[in-house]
Amino acid sequence: MTTADTSQDGEPTRRDVIHIFATVTAGVGAGAVLWPLVHQMNPDASVLAMSTREVDLSAVPEGQAIKVMWQGRPVLIRHRTAAEIAASEETPLSALKDPIARNENLADGEADASDANRRIDAKWMIVTGICTHLGCVPLGTAQGENRGDFNGWFCPCHGSHYDLAGRIRRGPAPTNLEVPPYEFVSDTLVKIG
Amino acid sequence: MSHQSTYNPGTAIEKWLDKRLPLVRLAHDSFVDFPTPKNLNYWWTFGGILAVCLVIQIITGVILAMHYIPHADMAFNSVEHIMRDVNYGWLMRYMHANGASLFFLATYIHMFRGLYYGSYKEPREVLWILGVIIFVLMIATAFMGYVLPWGQMSFWAAQVITNLFSAIPLVGEDIRIWMVGGFAVDNPTLTRFFSLHYLLPFAIFGVVALHIWALHVPGNNNPTGVEVKDVKKDTIPFHPYYTVKDSFAIVVFLIVLAAFVFFNPNGMGHADNYIPANPLSTPPSIVPEWYFLPFYAILRAITFDIGPISSKLGGVIAMFASIFVLFVLPWLDTSKTRSMRYRPKTRLWFFLFVVACIALGYLGGKPAEGSYVVMSQIATAYYFIFFLVILPLAGIMEKPKTLPSSIAESVLKKGQKAEPSADAEPPPEAKPAPAQ
Repeated sequence: MTTADTSQDGEPTRRDVIHIFATVTAGVGAGAVLWPLVHQMNPDASVLAMSTREVDLSAVPEGQAIKVMWQGRPVLIRHRTAAEIAASEETPLSALKDPIARNENLADGEADASDANRRIDAKWMIVTGICTHLGCVPLGTAQGENRGDFNGWFCPCHGSHYDLAGRIRRGPAPTNLEVPPYEFVSDTLVKIG
Repeated sequence: MSHQSTYNPGTAIEKWLDKRLPLVRLAHDSFVDFPTPKNLNYWWTFGGILAVCLVIQIITGVILAMHYIPHADMAFNSVEHIMRDVNYGWLMRYMHANGASLFFLATYIHMFRGLYYGSYKEPREVLWILGVIIFVLMIATAFMGYVLPWGQMSFWAAQVITNLFSAIPLVGEDIRIWMVGGFAVDNPTLTRFFSLHYLLPFAIFGVVALHIWALHVPGNNNPTGVEVKDVKKDTIPFHPYYTVKDSFAIVVFLIVLAAFVFFNPNGMGHADNYIPANPLSTPPSIVPEWYFLPFYAILRAITFDIGPISSKLGGVIAMFASIFVLFVLPWLDTSKTRSMRYRPKTRLWFFLFVVACIALGYLGGKPAEGSYVVMSQIATAYYFIFFLVILPLAGIMEKPKTLPSSIAESVLKKGQKAEPSADAEPPPEAKPAPAQ
């Protein structure tokens, strides 16, 4: 700022105000132009539109599991036997690597990862089939696949073992498998999303 | 190095152009009459080899893009179409894929050369940093290119690598979703990777131009690490001496490329990438291309939590740090002596560093269990100790050997020791270690 534009008592001059105003306007304008360039990379409307999916569970016998796609992600649905439910419920919380439920159906984001907090209906364990380590699909859904040391799922990429409630028990994965938002429309029809 | 221009425009057209845009002068002063140290060995030919690699990748890549379809439903089949139907399509694709592998091989040799002879030291820090920037751009380009065939390895490599970013605290998951354009890797990911894979090589090209510019300000380093003192005695013109030497090395290099392309084109690839991508089924083991294996090993070596940093985030930090430590290397190495030839102790640590890098490459391809994890951790620890402890301390504690007073003197001494015919260097393949 040249001396001619600056008032003697240090107050901003008319020109100072114009400079500040112009700079701010240009900055906001640049940001407004930049945002569409960045935001276009976020999930588009067609991806977001596939947000819910209904799955008929009547064809899944006890002890077996299925894999369905939801929002481009695999969702694992296991029909647990009474023995499996009991084994999972008896697991002490102290044995868990990640003590948080990670269940989007719960209002409390800090709820503990007990079996009850990981499910709606005890028979059905529904989790997102994306290993929380680096995103592989854990094995253990189809019959004959390695279910890991805790009889749930096993991620072959880097050796994460998940139990019957999809909770991480051993391996590099930091958190439990996510439980997606879902609700039962009827006894055998579940709506994911 | 910066020197008086010796270009004399001969014809009237050259004179006319030289006044308006001295392009011929620039080329003449850069690649014809450029004074180059007379003692450069074959490790110095990899710069020229890399320039050829980049041109091969761009030409074959532009051709492949004429036939490739970036869509999740059609990408895999369009690659098969290139292989089976397009005239010489197989040749273009195999040159592109194997060319990428050898591009990295030449880059690693080029980097180890710089490391051994101290080419990153004052006044070549900017030259080195530009090189590291090129390396980072190459990694991004190669990764996105590997995703394009949309085979099982492509898909799961994309899934695993984009998931690295979800390790960032708080915003990681949002960044990952933003990068892949969905909740999982899918068609939006493929199309943006194609766009960027086409763009980045031209960015590399631009940085290479800066790299060469930054090289031509101080001029080449050389095996003794002693600066040029007398241009007349210490240097020879780039052309014809090094144009011929580089050309010979380039031909040898192209023979190696041709051997892969024609006799073992899938030798460096992974069979699973000939299975179309299936988001519901992860291959039993996900392995990156060989040139990423050392970094993959470092990623997986961090299996333990460090305070509040989870093992996942720790692995990601270690992997990125292993590359970014190269940016500060010029200030980590405190020794004024450039060439390892005159640093008897550090030289041994350097060779151990090369061994550690090769070991990490081996371990990155092995399952992350048992003794492999422990060995990865040892090699990873040494990787960082070399940069962060050995190089800073060696400059203070080590007494270097006496340097030759000039390049010319070192060359003459060498000539006295051996027969005159021995000053022709053997090709790089024949040498187990850099010339002493």
